[in-house]
Amino acid sequence: MSKFYRYLNQPEGVKTKADQDSDEGMRVSRRGFLIGAAGAGFTLAFFRAGLSFAQPEDVVKDGTFEPTIWYQIEPDGRIIVNIAEAEMGQHVGTALARIVADELEADWSMVELNHVDSDPKWGLMVTGGSWSVWENFTPLSQAGAAGRIALIEEGARLLGVSPDQCEARNSQIIAGDQSISYGDIVSRGDLSRTYTADDLKKMPIKPATQRRLIGRESRALDIPDKTDGASRYGLDAKVDGMVYGRPLIPPTRYGATINNIDDSAAKSIKGYQQTIVLEDPTDTVPGWAVVIADSFHAANKAAEKVKVDWAAGDTADVSEQDILDHGVKLIESSDKGSIMFPDDGVDEAFNDAADIIEQDYITHTVLHVQMEPVNALAYEKEGVWEIHTGNQWQSLIIPVLAKALGVKEDKVVMRTYMLGGGFGRRLNGDYAVPAALASKKLGKPVKLVFTREDDTRFDSPRSASYQRMRMAFDNNGKPSGMEHHATAGWPTEVMAPFFMPKGANDEPYDPFSIQGAAHWYTVGPHRVRAISNDLANATFRPGWLRSVGSGWINFALESFMDEAARHANKDPIEFRLELLKTEGKNAGEAPNSVGGASRQANVLRRVRELSGWGQDLPKDTGLGVATSYGQERNMPTWTACVARVHVNRDTGHVKLEKLTLVTDAGTVVHPDGARAQVEGAALWGASMALHEGSRYEKGEPVDRNLDTYTPMRIRDVPEMELEFIDSTEVPVGLGEPATTVTGPAIANAIHAAIGVRIREIPITPEAVRKALNA
Amino acid sequence: MATEFELNGQPVTVDIENDTPLLWALRDDLDLTGTKYGCGIGMCGACTVLVNGRATRSCITPVAAVSGATITTIEGLHPDGQHPLQKAWIETQTPQCGYCQSGQIMQAAAMLKDFPNPTDEQINNAMGGNLCRCMAYVRIRKAIKMAAKEMNTSGNTAQETGAAANE
Repeated sequence: MSKFYRYLNQPEGVKTKADQDSDEGMRVSRRGFLIGAAGAGFTLAFFRAGLSFAQPEDVVKDGTFEPTIWYQIEPDGRIIVNIAEAEMGQHVGTALARIVADELEADWSMVELNHVDSDPKWGLMVTGGSWSVWENFTPLSQAGAAGRIALIEEGARLLGVSPDQCEARNSQIIAGDQSISYGDIVSRGDLSRTYTADDLKKMPIKPATQRRLIGRESRALDIPDKTDGASRYGLDAKVDGMVYGRPLIPPTRYGATINNIDDSAAKSIKGYQQTIVLEDPTDTVPGWAVVIADSFHAANKAAEKVKVDWAAGDTADVSEQDILDHGVKLIESSDKGSIMFPDDGVDEAFNDAADIIEQDYITHTVLHVQMEPVNALAYEKEGVWEIHTGNQWQSLIIPVLAKALGVKEDKVVMRTYMLGGGFGRRLNGDYAVPAALASKKLGKPVKLVFTREDDTRFDSPRSASYQRMRMAFDNNGKPSGMEHHATAGWPTEVMAPFFMPKGANDEPYDPFSIQGAAHWYTVGPHRVRAISNDLANATFRPGWLRSVGSGWINFALESFMDEAARHANKDPIEFRLELLKTEGKNAGEAPNSVGGASRQANVLRRVRELSGWGQDLPKDTGLGVATSYGQERNMPTWTACVARVHVNRDTGHVKLEKLTLVTDAGTVVHPDGARAQVEGAALWGASMALHEGSRYEKGEPVDRNLDTYTPMRIRDVPEMELEFIDSTEVPVGLGEPATTVTGPAIANAIHAAIGVRIREIPITPEAVRKALNA
Repeated sequence: MATEFELNGQPVTVDIENDTPLLWALRDDLDLTGTKYGCGIGMCGACTVLVNGRATRSCITPVAAVSGATITTIEGLHPDGQHPLQKAWIETQTPQCGYCQSGQIMQAAAMLKDFPNPTDEQINNAMGGNLCRCMAYVRIRKAIKMAAKEMNTSGNTAQETGAAANE
């Protein structure tokens, strides 16, 4: 079963027996493995329980594989690894293929990737949560080892020696001075085998010391095509006979209807065909019309001339401030929300406290602005609907597309393209729906292209959030209890409510929107309350955006930890280290969180050394720290960051001078890819803290394009120093954790530099000036 | 109306509306999709091509404006994708999602003509209009310096060879 389903049925931080069983199920997998002839080569695949006596060839032919990655070995020695994960810059195929190839003892130069289209045989197709390597490491290692064992056995037979005289290395089976290549074994031998789940579990996975690819430097296979224009993105998809469309997007995300369309002014545009109104049984794009033309340019120009009279929905006047005010109201209603951390004694801790501190934190709307605006090409071919677009969660949108088109799900296939940025925007495939509806209505292929302004208005942004933090201190000045109340728009509630686990009070919650709150500090009884901001949910479709909740949760948590340290008159790192105790629920457990809080303490100590913490600094310059376990207690990526900033007291301008980051992600499969992910994630966090942030006015984001929405540019990039802890522990996720530490580290550094506390993201020069003058 | 220009060394003619942005002419009429659409207002740089050697935002350049011009896109920067910048982009493993990189490389190619040994400030100024949403900036800077070094070394070698031949 996918980790995704399993995770979502389990409140974070609360471990049950079922969870542990399920861990076992995920990691060791109760399924068999087979090797069967396919064409001239052999396919190596997992198969479903219950098929264990099937002939391997039949299973291969029928395609009844357990949905997971599998690979083929061709007679010419090529090893083709199928990748069901979306490639959006994380070089995921390279990392996954290297796990297989290492155990297989393959010649890396013979390894190719095949990014597959959607098909039920691949199972759940979702790429997010920084899960890909963590989730696939054990099954892929076993798959590689099974192939290696079979190749040794068959190679030995062909060489006329016994298997124990043979060694596999670099796509060859070697016995003394004889050898045979994998390609020759495939051509001449019979590799057909089946292995039961128990066989697979006993597969001899190599010790870390014998790894030849994992953890070694290598180049990502997707990169060369990204330097010469050859890489194909969704926007590059074409089919004969297609027309172009540009959407006309109503003034509210929901509830709008079209009163009238006047396209008389558009008729003079050469190439303009017509404007169609979409009828959407899924309510994904209510009140939409699409301008159809021979070219995108004509559609774009005509769209500016088509006048649509909309009756707007209920949220036409909602502003950012309304959403935040509503958040405060929700937090102040103690009956609202879901209680995640049901520790006993929280109220007593606060009643008995010698001292209490309380602070509120705000983060504003963040837009994805992935470089490639969303788009999709849709058409029907021989009774099957083809959807060509870059997407991160095919399994979520295919049922919606099927309903929109009035067909069964097996009549919809999503073709795979490179993603011109994902960052969570393409987890929500809503943009494919209007393309499909338009194509159905017209009876011809439609390529729907969103302009940047369309993309921004239709974004699933990171919701604004409002949070309240409280900490109780005992008579000795030590933390004795903690509360964290957080409210924001909840993507999972809106798009995948069936995935919401229930809190201690039986109320469901969006696990992604409260990630990061289940920290590893020992602070006495801890209560976390997650509240859905229903006004945000009604105004826009909240999105998963790189690190989701941890992005705002950790801003509040780590800013507040800094405030608590100062309240206790302690050095911020020393204060945290004293609370990162490897005991009780923070002791950690095998296999995923071995070492527990001690590993977070370790990255924190290391970043203290690397960053020159405590050094004398120029005037108005300061260092700030923040740390995180990433998103999930069951997949902790231990991260610590020190930011150095200089603040101009006159302008309020904050210059980020340096970021130092230390990461313990367990085993690192693809080291350069890992560094790239941490570099990008850390700068994303810094960009959101200092350069981004939008707001809703009149029901829509005020920023529509890059003239007013201003993510970090090359000039703004600080000096960066990164380090990874050398480890052979379970590999965990890397795409997001660094995003969550830079914002609070910057806010804490500002306090260190000029003594003012900014509790709002983005941190604007105006806010800094105002705080200085307060 | 027909517009003629030279594209990656070949003469081409497109018969489209004069105000069609060069970007869409390249992508949809001439099938060169390496040049990307990002913002449509010249603020992201994903659509950057060389027009008579100058970095130009093709999304805001009407096709009629390039009549008779010489245009180079990412596909034409080097016949085998082996321009020093392209090699440096691979060597430094710069691209993540890759969508902005055609524009980054074309912008850098134009810059290196003006500043064969660019300083950090010159890089900031010349590359400041090219957004990389994956934030691969650290590597973009490194790759530009690597390519500059290679171009200067091979350039000097060529000059020396030329000088030797003249003697």
